[in-house]
Amino acid sequence: MSTNYDNQNSADLDEVGDNAIEAKETEGLSQGRIVFQKFLRHKGAMISIGVLAIVALFAFTALGVGAIPGWWQFTHTASGPVVNPGGAPTWSLSNIFSPGQHPFGQDEIGRDNFARVMKGTQISLVVMVIIGAVCLVIGTVVGALAGYYRGWIDSVLMRITDAFVILPVIVVGSILGVLVGGASGPMLGLALGAILWVGLARLVRGDFLSLREREFVDSARVAGASDFRIMFKHMLPNAMGVIIVNTTLIMSQAIVLEASLSYLGFGIQPPGISLGQLISEYQTSFATRPWLFWWPGLFIIVIALCVNFIGDGLRDAFDPRMKTIPSWRKMKKAERMAQKGAKR
Amino acid sequence: MIRFILRRLLSTALVLLVVTFVLYLLLNVALDFFWDLRASTSPNIAALYESRTRLLDLDTPAVVRYFKWLAGVGGCVVGQCDLGIAWKSGQEVTDQLQGAIVNTIKLITASTIVAIILGIAVGMISAIRQYSGFDYFITFVSFLLYSLPVFWVAVLLKQYGAIEINNFINDPTLSSWVPIILVCLAMGLFWMGALGGGAKRRLITFSAASIITFATIYYILASGWLQQPSIGIVGIIVIGAGAAVVMTFLSTGLKNKRVLYATLSIAVIGALLYMPLQYLFYYVEMNWLWMFGLLIVAIGVAVAVGLAFRGPDPWDTVRTTSFTAIIIAFLIFADRVLQGWTEYSNDPAINNRPIATIGASAPNMDGDFWLTNLDSFTHLLLPSIALILISFASYTRYTRGSMLEVMGQDYIRTARAKGLNERTVIMRHALRNALLPLASIIPVDIITMIGGAVITETIFGWNGMGKLFIDSMRQSELDPIMAYILITGLLAIIANLVADFLYAVLDPRIRVNA
Repeated sequence: MSTNYDNQNSADLDEVGDNAIEAKETEGLSQGRIVFQKFLRHKGAMISIGVLAIVALFAFTALGVGAIPGWWQFTHTASGPVVNPGGAPTWSLSNIFSPGQHPFGQDEIGRDNFARVMKGTQISLVVMVIIGAVCLVIGTVVGALAGYYRGWIDSVLMRITDAFVILPVIVVGSILGVLVGGASGPMLGLALGAILWVGLARLVRGDFLSLREREFVDSARVAGASDFRIMFKHMLPNAMGVIIVNTTLIMSQAIVLEASLSYLGFGIQPPGISLGQLISEYQTSFATRPWLFWWPGLFIIVIALCVNFIGDGLRDAFDPRMKTIPSWRKMKKAERMAQKGAKR
Repeated sequence: MIRFILRRLLSTALVLLVVTFVLYLLLNVALDFFWDLRASTSPNIAALYESRTRLLDLDTPAVVRYFKWLAGVGGCVVGQCDLGIAWKSGQEVTDQLQGAIVNTIKLITASTIVAIILGIAVGMISAIRQYSGFDYFITFVSFLLYSLPVFWVAVLLKQYGAIEINNFINDPTLSSWVPIILVCLAMGLFWMGALGGGAKRRLITFSAASIITFATIYYILASGWLQQPSIGIVGIIVIGAGAAVVMTFLSTGLKNKRVLYATLSIAVIGALLYMPLQYLFYYVEMNWLWMFGLLIVAIGVAVAVGLAFRGPDPWDTVRTTSFTAIIIAFLIFADRVLQGWTEYSNDPAINNRPIATIGASAPNMDGDFWLTNLDSFTHLLLPSIALILISFASYTRYTRGSMLEVMGQDYIRTARAKGLNERTVIMRHALRNALLPLASIIPVDIITMIGGAVITETIFGWNGMGKLFIDSMRQSELDPIMAYILITGLLAIIANLVADFLYAVLDPRIRVNA
């Protein structure tokens, strides 16, 4: 009785293993749908999205945005009485469920570190998103024009790319940072976006160069579509993978770049605040107040790591050669099932 | 080929010219040449402004000043360099640059070489063990390294890599064995993942690696090795023989007894030469030229031994013995450098804190060739680690990716089908082809390194180009900044050209059309 049941079960599983997944993937789904489903299956990316969402939620609600107040009791500028000796965090492993007044500790004049780190995260995230948006727009448009029309716009783009091959981004970034004069986050984001788009433009150009030789572009042209329509209605969706993936990767670079510039003093400067600026301000107090150094650094790493993993997940999802590999355990299980089936 | 190189050189030189022009104008707007006078309450403030304007020639339009600067640069061709002055300190830029260029090149070369070797090794293993726990672990670590801000790592390195280690060297008492046991287990897991195999082999690898790590750490702690690190003749024999076996294993496999005996005899020759070399080092004042000559001699001996043993494929034997000889020569060098350790750490300039956190060399420190080298190495240690961490990740990812692509090629299947063992397939057929595309990312990576060096040098007080750039930015000194841009630009162009050239030479499929 039981053997019979096993047999049937394994046959079912075989079918599930071999045909069903294959069938499900091709079952009249659009390309976008397939990519999206592949992305949803990428565990690292899913966890990263969750973590990033929580970090952003905390950063923006805790202190509020602009005139809207947040729920946290302190602001990043107000100094209060130092609670623990030296401003040590009130939050530790022993009282993990009651963080206390200053969970991340206080600095030497009693400002709340949690409020400062949250505010810094807020600004760093804003800078990151602005850089991403600027790169996305400029990089896509310039890359598309260069790849589609070739000619002078293409050679100019390639020469600009050459310029960035001979100078490190951080050097040009710090010159631009000084130029905008330690201004607000959005200004810095715009300035850095103005140099980081080059890599994306180059990749989009490459894609467009090969796409413009394809038949569907010819047929669109024969049908009387304008250049603009061909580029943005027909070709752009085909280059979407490259664009999305690389914008994400630029954003992960951007957050570290912003932190480095602020650390060097050419990005966001006090009284402005960002994660890099916090580390810069507190680096000398590492020996006495390590929490002032650990927390902002931790948030930079968490954000950059999450964005990197999301980028990786997107790359896997857009890559047509990429197949979902069953985990070691699933493979073993399938093998066992197959052996059982063979014995009978 | 020459036409191709000339064309490339010309076009990048033009780009460099345009870049310097644009940045010159930008910097003129960005920098505040009167920043130190802004808060001044001096009665003759107008005169001060006036003299500053005259000093920096600010009445001339920036475009004209750029061409004046360019004329000064052009003087370098005929041997009369004029890169301007750093007005704050009044120093000539050419004087500032002299030590800085050497220091930066030293730092970047050391880190690049180590990062390439480590990255390729780890990336290759990660690709061979695709989708294993080891592979996932390496992937995670490389993403983590991508995300680490280098300045944050540098501060941590200063604290835990220098201050705590120095404290430990001076007072080696362990508070608990738990971290050491954890390290041993971690090493066991690492090697188990890297070497792979069946359950039994994994268990053996795990326990062997853990026990060997534990024994090494225990020996280091118990014998006071940290106070007086040395390799000695015993160390040279043991490590030399180990290197011989490993090199043979990687290159031809241990089954090839002829090669194994050849490399082992290289190890024996190294051990025999140890004492005579000590006399040579004692009586003759050494320098880098001598070192280079001795290395050539070592390789010559290795070639001779390799040819003496020959075997079916003499070139294989010669290659393996040469690599072994290089390793052993390096060991003898390291041994001699370490012999100065006690003298070094007792030097008043060092004051028993041998691992340095600041600068490129200890001030007030003079010693012979060996001592200055030891000093240089202890200073190089932390900044290099910080730089290696940045680019190690990209080399690992890149090697892994290109290795996976190559492993799926038809010729790999052919190689397997004709009965070659896995070692030959991987080392001979796959790895060589997988390394080709690396030539194209090395220049990109060198630029990243130069950028990383800006931060690393600033934090570790390493007097290189990057620190010069940052200091000048903070002081609003235009000329040193321009010199930095010019020289890193030139370095990058040279690195690019070398990589292009290498690529064209290594890969016959690349056609150079001038």
